[in-house]
Amino acid sequence: MVPFILLLLIIGSVLFHLYTPWYSTPIASNWGSIDSTIELTFWMTGIVYILVLGFMTYCVVKFKNTKNRKADYEPESKKAEVILTVLTTIGVAGLLAPGLIVWDDYVSPPEEAMPIEAMGQQWYWNFRLPGEDGILGTTDARNISADNPFGMNENDPNGKDDILIEGDTLHLEHDKPVKFLLRSIDVLHNFYVPQFRAKMDLVPGMVTFYWIKPTVTGNYEILCAELCGVGHHAMRGEVQVDNTNDYQDWLNDQLTFEAIQEQAMLDREEKLAFNKSN
Amino acid sequence: MSESIIPESELEEVELYHPKSWWTEKVFSQDAKLIAIQYGLTAFAIGFVALVLSWFMRIQIAFPEMAIISEGTYYQFITMHGMIMVVYLLTALFLGAFGNYLIPLMVGARDMVFPYLNMVSYWTYLVAVLVLFVSFFTPGGPTGAGWTLYPPQAILGGTPGQETGIVLMLVSLCIFIVGFTMGGLNYVITVLQARTRGMTLMRMPLTVWGIFTATVLALFAFPALFVSAVMMLFDKLLMTSFFMPALVEFGENLSYGGGSPILFQHLFWFFGHPEVYIVALPAFGIVSDLISIHARKNIFGFRMMVWAIVGIGALSFIVWAHHMYVSGMNPYFGFFFATTTLIIAVPTALKVYNWILTLWKGNIHLTIPMLFCLGFIVTFLNGGLTGLFLGNVIVDVPLSDTYFVVAHFHMVMGIAPVLVILGAIYHWYPLITGKMLHDGMGRFHFWITFVGSYLIYFPMHYLGFIGVPRRYYEMGQTEALYTSSAADLNVFITIAALAVGFAQLVFIYNVFWSAKNGKVAEKNPWKSTSLEWQTPEQPPIHGNFGKELPVVYRWAYDYSVPGAEDDFIPQDVPNEKVKLAEGYTELGVEKT
Repeated sequence: MVPFILLLLIIGSVLFHLYTPWYSTPIASNWGSIDSTIELTFWMTGIVYILVLGFMTYCVVKFKNTKNRKADYEPESKKAEVILTVLTTIGVAGLLAPGLIVWDDYVSPPEEAMPIEAMGQQWYWNFRLPGEDGILGTTDARNISADNPFGMNENDPNGKDDILIEGDTLHLEHDKPVKFLLRSIDVLHNFYVPQFRAKMDLVPGMVTFYWIKPTVTGNYEILCAELCGVGHHAMRGEVQVDNTNDYQDWLNDQLTFEAIQEQAMLDREEKLAFNKSN
Repeated sequence: MSESIIPESELEEVELYHPKSWWTEKVFSQDAKLIAIQYGLTAFAIGFVALVLSWFMRIQIAFPEMAIISEGTYYQFITMHGMIMVVYLLTALFLGAFGNYLIPLMVGARDMVFPYLNMVSYWTYLVAVLVLFVSFFTPGGPTGAGWTLYPPQAILGGTPGQETGIVLMLVSLCIFIVGFTMGGLNYVITVLQARTRGMTLMRMPLTVWGIFTATVLALFAFPALFVSAVMMLFDKLLMTSFFMPALVEFGENLSYGGGSPILFQHLFWFFGHPEVYIVALPAFGIVSDLISIHARKNIFGFRMMVWAIVGIGALSFIVWAHHMYVSGMNPYFGFFFATTTLIIAVPTALKVYNWILTLWKGNIHLTIPMLFCLGFIVTFLNGGLTGLFLGNVIVDVPLSDTYFVVAHFHMVMGIAPVLVILGAIYHWYPLITGKMLHDGMGRFHFWITFVGSYLIYFPMHYLGFIGVPRRYYEMGQTEALYTSSAADLNVFITIAALAVGFAQLVFIYNVFWSAKNGKVAEKNPWKSTSLEWQTPEQPPIHGNFGKELPVVYRWAYDYSVPGAEDDFIPQDVPNEKVKLAEGYTELGVEKT
């Protein structure tokens, strides 16, 4: 009974893996290399799993207690231990080396990547694009107010043409690398799009980053992946990967920080005038 | 097998404390064995609370439309479940319960070296448990910050229990650490100083090696948690900014500034990663002994097993940031910590090989403890191999914070050590109570627990591959990710979880039923070599070893020695007293 169940477990696990309907979503970024490392890890660990458990099951069958059975007395075997150590070390190195190469890629954004800020707060997403100058203006959490939800430094000329997107869908241009600069104004969050395979925490007080190149147009959900309070599970957002024309159309409709400020000023004056006339 | 000259005892024995009243005998006892039982019962009681919390969580995940608990309650339950299981159950059980019961008996001591301190250690632990438990009934309830308690969230308004729950949690942890330190110093010093004559370090059973090394780790690791808890208390109560940068809470600028949330994570995981091994190393030790005893064969590669325990313990202090690959720390740390993390896989893998090589050419008795050992090897191997996914920094990126992680750590530091604990209870129950646990109930308990847990956690990894994040009260409408079949899988997992939960009720019933009605255990029922079974009385009484302390002549693994009549030679039997098998002139030497 025992070896039978163990065997069932091994075979069941393999079949489950082969026929599972639950596996990674279709990839939509350049990080196919991450998927390949996972695949490699699956092969290596899967083989070890089958071999080790298979051998254990064999032992349970073969060396099960019977009336006259006596165990061997063999305290240790240097040879076996050395061989196993060497094999394991090689296997581990075989996993680590490609992993580190891809990681190096992951933490080295290309020069031409466009910086885009994703700003998290309980419990929604805001985004900021650098505008025509290609540079994001500086910010400070202490500047944040109802009129300045991004905490922009109003004196920083680089910030004037920044495009602010509050609580709305972020659009990305197909095949153009982007470097996400991640900022939180309250607690930890994590900017995670499963189809991009990438994620990183947002940490208040600092800016973190990662980069991707979107490779498939479409609409993807952003899921916060770092516990951020009772609304954590509801902190969703949307990324839309567009072809160049659609992207430009969308971009032209967005307002810059300067434009938003002017609009706010006009609104205030209008309100003032309206109040006076009454 | 080799014998060496036994040194004369250097010191006179010191008289033990003798209880003078019922209170000092049964309640405020200084006998490590009773303290162990007190630790064990308290840990199981609070652990049972954590188990029940998990049922509510599972029902919520599988049937979100029922909304059996609210968002806030859900986050409070995951937090309490995690913290209780890791610290208040597993740590307390392995070190406080097994450590206290087994260390003095297995090294041949009458008691711990500081019995009074040992008693205070338990009562301090009880206070810690009560403080934690009280937080369920305070305004706002217990903290819902996740067991990792990451600031700033842990002390801000968006998190449940930020009024008093978080304060009680931090205070309780501090009390726990104070209590643990008293016990921990005891375990270490007892092992180093109170071993009986002939019990060299390399003759100690691996159980003692595992608990000893884990205690040393804990004594180094818990202070990091202690300081982070104190600093966070200051941030919460005195508005200091150790971990708090300038930030905005729901539109309002707070007066914090300049602190670092990542600093907390470093401190937390400097404790938190060794903590994994604080739980794992005693399990490694115990499972090694159980496999050896129930396979009637010496543990394979004993010296390698000892060095692996010590090596893993040392390495466990330089891998902590693999919990922080996507935390925003300097990305170049990733190279270092991925390397150290994968290096630790080598000694760990060797341990797995050696357990199985112990079975090889053994005489395997499929007793309940042995079944639990086999279950442990399966789940630990599974969890160890998925560790190679998460430890390899780039593979961690898509899987981090998903159900893959939940499945991994439950398999490797939840189910695997718990299977060892359960196996160990079946193994040592006859020593502790003098009765055997009921075999039929035991086998039922094993199979449901083992197969059920596997069915919970094996498929759960695949939810992580899809990308389902952990710590979600509900997934909501996310067709691209969380299809209706994934939701069905969650229903299946919940059913398996409830079945496993039910099996634990059978186990609890068995423990109480057998204490009264169980078959009386024969002396040394598993024919074990180690000293705890060689006491004059079973269960051992206060002082453990009758008039004379035992003298140790051999290691703990003389099973099936060629030439011996029996298939085991207790550690306190000298070669000349071993009954030889027919055809042998001495051990290992056949008549010519």
